[in-house]
Amino acid sequence: MAKVFLYNTIRFCVLVALQVFLFKNMGYYNLATPFPYILFVLLLPVGIPNFVLYCLAFLTGITVDAFYDTLGVNAAACAALAWGRILFIRITLQSDQHENYMTPLLGTVPFRWYFLYVSLTTLFHHSVLFMLETFTFHHFHYTITRIFLSCIFTVVIILLFSLLFYRKKQR
Amino acid sequence: MKNLWLILNKYNAFFFFVIFFGYAVYLVVQNNSFQRASAVNSSNEFIGSAYARINAWQSYLNLREVNTQLAEENAGLRERLQLLAAPDSIVGGAVTDSMGNIRYRYVVAKVTNNSIHQKNNYITLDKGRKHGVKKGMGVITSNGIVGIVLNVSEHFATVQSLLHSETRVSAALEDSGAFGSLMWGDNYDAQLGILKDIPNHVKVREGERVFTSGFSLFPQGIPVGNVIQTGIAGGDSFLDIRVKLSTQFHNLKQVYIVVDILTDEKEMLESQSENDG
Repeated sequence: MAKVFLYNTIRFCVLVALQVFLFKNMGYYNLATPFPYILFVLLLPVGIPNFVLYCLAFLTGITVDAFYDTLGVNAAACAALAWGRILFIRITLQSDQHENYMTPLLGTVPFRWYFLYVSLTTLFHHSVLFMLETFTFHHFHYTITRIFLSCIFTVVIILLFSLLFYRKKQR
Repeated sequence: MKNLWLILNKYNAFFFFVIFFGYAVYLVVQNNSFQRASAVNSSNEFIGSAYARINAWQSYLNLREVNTQLAEENAGLRERLQLLAAPDSIVGGAVTDSMGNIRYRYVVAKVTNNSIHQKNNYITLDKGRKHGVKKGMGVITSNGIVGIVLNVSEHFATVQSLLHSETRVSAALEDSGAFGSLMWGDNYDAQLGILKDIPNHVKVREGERVFTSGFSLFPQGIPVGNVIQTGIAGGDSFLDIRVKLSTQFHNLKQVYIVVDILTDEKEMLESQSENDG
């Protein structure tokens, strides 16, 4: 339990720092901007109470927002992300697995599940994020392009991270 | 009650989502100027065109009034034209100003939406970026000042009315020429404003006229109103003067947007002196 707490704290600090100091400056012509900090929210233990999950997601979003000078945009997207995560886990995992403190990390879960989990929730997060950022339906196809390209970018980075810390079957 | 609780508990993920997401969106709209401008704003194309359509009907009802106003203004202008055209011995020797005299251009605009009852009032006009209107321009009417352009879209512009808690306009008194900033102040009367920062030693007479000073966006000498009460807040080194505004905000129909041709030059010069000092 304490270990889970410690790991998540470290993960939070590292991911947010990477996001605001490194990934903020990365991008492909304003079309694709990665937001891999959402990995923190994705990797919170499966059995976490919903309210705690929302609070942590909101906190993460607000922290990133503070650095991006876009108060609320990332927080809203993270709230959406938390909801998407809850829905996805409820649909795909058996109920007994809900209760434990397993971290849904590659190695403890099958790759296919992990890939689907990451890409769907990322898509959800990015849709909300970019819609809120542009806040208009003008140039809609441009927004859509940004969402998809950024989504691919983020998913690739998240998968790279996961492979970097891959440990075989620690169950 | 129990059932309600059960439902809330069963779908708690969704309700938490609504709460957190709602709060975040509230933060977005509150704190990011772009989203605030485009979320609740009548220069937004949809609302603007709706107002324009309604206004097209309403304008028929006011034709008589508008006509009288225009006729009055015409008369006034004709009078001034006479003065200019009159053969005068002084005029003979006049030197043409190298600046070309014309510093301000006026864009005529119709008011499509107006409010006077809020704490912060806004006005929507039917002229926009297409007609050369830019953010920060002054708006006047035939007998007073109206406000400052706040947002501009392609065909519409919103104006931060003088009846807004944050509008400040530089205005001067007729007799002494002392200038201060005119604001709506803490009242809720659309006809009253407050002239602040006039030093205590200046003699102010009731009924004295107040004009724009020419230091802000407005040309010099546009009537603002009359002094009706002086020295409201005593014991300070500045007088607070209550001014009856000459602009009739409640039946504003046609206004002029002041386009200052030399605004860039002026701002550049002023920012230069700021940098030096």
